[in-house]
Amino acid sequence: MLEPVCTLDGHQETVWCVAWNPSGTLLASSSSDKTIRIWGQEGDHWVCKSVLMEGHQRTIRSVAWSPCGNYLASASFDATTGIWSRKEGEFECIATLEGHENEVKSVAWAPSGSLLATCSRDKSVWIWEVTEDEEYECASVLSSHTQDVKYVTWHPTKEMLASCSYDDTIKLYKEEIDDWTCCNTLQSHQSTVWKVCFDKTGSRLLSCGDDKTLKIWQEYPPGNPEGVVTVGSDSAWKCVCTLSGYFNRTVYNVDWCHTSGLIATAGGDDAICVFREEECSDKNQPSFSLVTTVAKAHLQDVNCVAWNPKTPGLLASCSDDRHIKLWQITGL
Amino acid sequence: MSSRLDNANPIIYQSQEEREILPEDEDDNIEDKVDSREVFDLIRCINDPEHPLTLEELNVVENDRVHVNNEENRVQVEFTPTIPHCSMATLIGLSIRVKLLRSLPSRFKVDVVITPGSHASEDAVNKQLADKERVAAALENSHLLEVVNQCLSKRKNG
Repeated sequence: MLEPVCTLDGHQETVWCVAWNPSGTLLASSSSDKTIRIWGQEGDHWVCKSVLMEGHQRTIRSVAWSPCGNYLASASFDATTGIWSRKEGEFECIATLEGHENEVKSVAWAPSGSLLATCSRDKSVWIWEVTEDEEYECASVLSSHTQDVKYVTWHPTKEMLASCSYDDTIKLYKEEIDDWTCCNTLQSHQSTVWKVCFDKTGSRLLSCGDDKTLKIWQEYPPGNPEGVVTVGSDSAWKCVCTLSGYFNRTVYNVDWCHTSGLIATAGGDDAICVFREEECSDKNQPSFSLVTTVAKAHLQDVNCVAWNPKTPGLLASCSDDRHIKLWQITGL
Repeated sequence: MSSRLDNANPIIYQSQEEREILPEDEDDNIEDKVDSREVFDLIRCINDPEHPLTLEELNVVENDRVHVNNEENRVQVEFTPTIPHCSMATLIGLSIRVKLLRSLPSRFKVDVVITPGSHASEDAVNKQLADKERVAAALENSHLLEVVNQCLSKRKNG
């Protein structure tokens, strides 16, 4: 069961994104109301700790915490990316990254904290290097996608980046002789891919999209015992599982819990679904089953779901209905 | 600069009569569900971006192409561009979507699509109109919003 814990009210318009800090104590949310809100626990209650205003002129599409938890990055439709520094609980905008031609849709920190990736409707993915004196320099502009890029995310351990797009594909990038290149294009989705994320080990990818499916991709490194053909030193990635029939409308977001292995989805059908891999599931042909569905989790589209990185089974969701909700998985 | 119209000589159709008010419409004890005529009434007066005519007069929208499912909170509108290469199709679709977004209760899921087979770029336009992120971004673009608002405003000489 997915039990509601509480509802967090404050945003005046659509809430697009929720993101937990690495220690799981703070939740950041971003909205069309051009603000970021920071939520934390006081006693038994979750309260709004800060409202970050005046950083952006338009919708803030997404937010991401740095691996150390001291910085927050925000991607906005105003074509900029904001960097916020957190000192003694106070947030201050320390940099505004300019370069994208139009809406920035997603931002992600590499596990080392020294690289940042952004993507935009201008079809490009940018990689930024963080210098020691907190300067951000563009290290690479990747123009592999043919349409707007919806989301970027880093491999949990390696310096490898994944992006997904309105062009129905997922792309993987790595650094090669001082420059970044696209090393894989993953095709199987029939429409826009809205989100892609790695599992804990980074040998699997999960994606969702406008074709109302979830897909699991498995990595096959060179010389793999399964005999999957690879090129050079790059792994091959193969779609090994497609979950369809569970969703009535676009699946906007999916999150793979790195502590429990549970998968949560957020959809245009106002629902949240939770899936689990079945025991004795075959790596090359895995099977997943639906654990629970909350049909009317929100009053409108659910835009994002995020598992707390520390508290097992604690899930945050946000919606066009302006609300953020916290949920707890029970009875597993 | 030439401002050539996509379709210089469109066929003009007769508009429907105003909705007849029935006794049960005035009765507060009867649940008044949203029906297709009500949705059609919201969009029939939208101005065409090119002509001083409404979408109803150009037969771009028709009552029969509006589908309402109250139980599932779904509204689907099919619109028919006057010619298969109409470059205004996306703008017309966006205007319909914005009008319904502003007028219908938020519980409704609204799909605005091109009448199958009536436009050369049907799939591309449908995909764009279904992308909520693109629609949200478009509505923050003041120039585009002004054009949409013109389509949605009352005609001056109407």
